[in-house]
Amino acid sequence: MKVLVCISNVPDTTTKVSFTENNTKFNSQGVQFIINPYDELALTKALELTEKQGGTVTAINVGLAETEPAVRKALAIGATDAVRINAEPADAYYVAEQIGAYAKNENFDLILTGRESIDYNGGMVAGLLGEMLGIPSINVITSIEIENGMAKLERDIDGGREKLECKTPFVASAQKDLTEPRIPNMRGIMAARTKPLKVVEPTTASANSKITGFEMPAAKGVCKMISVDEAGSLIGILHNEAKVI
Amino acid sequence: MNILVFAENTDGNFKKSTFEAVSYAAQIAKQNNGTCTAVSVGNIADEKLTELGKYGATKVLSYKQELLGKFAAETYSKVISHAAQNDNAELVIISNTYSGKSIAPRIAARLKAGIVTGVISIPQTETGFKVRRTVFSGKSFADIEMFTPVKVIAITPNSFAVEEMPQTCIITQLDAGLTNSDQVTRSVEITRNSGKIVLTEAEVVISAGRGMKGPENWHMIEELADILGAATACSKPVSDMDWRPHTEHVGQTGITIKPNLYMAIGISGAIQHLAGVSSSKVIVVINKDAEAPFFKAADYGIVGDAFEVLPKLIEAAKAFKRG
Ligand SMILES: Cc1cc2nc3c(=O)[nH]c(=O)nc-3n(C[C@H](O)[C@H](O)[C@H](O)COP(=O)(O)OP(=O)(O)OC[C@H]3O[C@@H](n4cnc5c(N)ncnc54)[C@H](O)[C@@H]3O)c2cc1C
Repeated sequence: MKVLVCISNVPDTTTKVSFTENNTKFNSQGVQFIINPYDELALTKALELTEKQGGTVTAINVGLAETEPAVRKALAIGATDAVRINAEPADAYYVAEQIGAYAKNENFDLILTGRESIDYNGGMVAGLLGEMLGIPSINVITSIEIENGMAKLERDIDGGREKLECKTPFVASAQKDLTEPRIPNMRGIMAARTKPLKVVEPTTASANSKITGFEMPAAKGVCKMISVDEAGSLIGILHNEAKVI
Repeated sequence: MNILVFAENTDGNFKKSTFEAVSYAAQIAKQNNGTCTAVSVGNIADEKLTELGKYGATKVLSYKQELLGKFAAETYSKVISHAAQNDNAELVIISNTYSGKSIAPRIAARLKAGIVTGVISIPQTETGFKVRRTVFSGKSFADIEMFTPVKVIAITPNSFAVEEMPQTCIITQLDAGLTNSDQVTRSVEITRNSGKIVLTEAEVVISAGRGMKGPENWHMIEELADILGAATACSKPVSDMDWRPHTEHVGQTGITIKPNLYMAIGISGAIQHLAGVSSSKVIVVINKDAEAPFFKAADYGIVGDAFEVLPKLIEAAKAFKRG
């Protein structure tokens, strides 16, 4: 089985978000970048599937040279090989077009992404890729098993869960609960140095949206404190003053 | 501007998020001298469809082929794209629910349209077309300009009010000509957490963290939620330890929510947790540690032991509900 896993390079979750250039650019100064946590789940699941039934796992990233540590980490965790499409990931549509152009001729049985990236939270790449490649896309999966080209999956739906079946090839996006992320060990890190990491130039595609500015949410006013003895009065305050119940 | 809004139904009923989306679409149509058409997919009674007129839709395109009785991203996106082309839509609006999220990008790819999800503003159309969305799981907002002639936007539930703008609404039945081979995924079983309020749609959320000590103490959280008609949520470690299901985990690596009231009990307020809940309108924090970072993000706070505070809140909430 041939699996492709899409990897996004995102600021660490503890990052205090700030912006530069008149609030038009994310300030990456001093920010630690990591593999998007949901992509890490997708990668681990891909490894579990191929370890069970044989196959390869290719990690793919659209990014400039600075994202290479994330790609190497994917190799250290266990990906067979990796591809970096050498372009600034302008928007989700652009990223999906790049990955789609690469995947089109590679006959992957399964393409996994994270449910969303924790920086721009778009959650669009799985669906865009599925449509561009003319295959199904199944969002927020919490379990997957594949046998003879037939997959059994579970996914979150609004207010519940769905069990479904789908024949390969298809795209799926990883939700929490799919598996536990794997931490690379020393052997993996050593092996990653010699694993193939192919750099591919982008196909012509143009971004069809652009971030024109960022803004931080308004700071909260002072927190009104209520004593434990008066705790019950909170309900009245929420009704009369805050008007939320 | 021709606007098409997807009127999602769940088992033949519309949810609040659908009315929000229709109201939103109607408002944009009004501002831009446009039309507001709704598209409905699957089984739903015509009387229900006419109800969309109340929120400003003048037309409903309804697709009821048997194949569409069950949701599949590949078929629903085909049908909605068909409707968009039929209606010459320039803007397609979808609610950012789980199903909405799975079809919006496919529709965009079919229509070669730009797409933005997680939208929380009415588009600004004086110069170009700009929308605002949350980024970094709510730590910040981004303004995004879209360039394509056709655009798809998915709006965050609970971001826009349901507003009545009554219109006569004409229903047209359409058929996108799908065949069985269009549907590749097969739904085998759907389980809904019946009787529970869906977290992503809830107006009031009662959430608790490790400070609750163990799953056996959650009956207090559930009781308070029940009385207030609220959904329950939790912090990451709580779902990691299986005290609560992962579907309740909110934060940067969980669900991002935007209720009117978020009450956090025994949660420290780590940056990753705040990311997912900070867009809530009003935040109440109950924590025994006065130094807990969550108080900095709160509107109301009680420094105290949850096991002492909760019974008082439950009593007061019961009294409040009795009137
Ligand atoms: C990559 C990454 C992603 C993460 N994503 C998320 C996420 O999405 N969501 C999330 O929630 N966390 C996330 N975390 C974890 C986060 O950093 C915190 O560890 C977590 O939110 C803490 O949960 P907590 O507040 O329940 O527990 P704790 O930090 O242990 O806090 C418990 C709180 O309860 C209070 N308390 C104890 N007893 C009582 C009592 N009797 N009455 C009242 N108060 C009491 C304590 O004072 C304390 O403030 C993430 C971490 C990482 C590294």
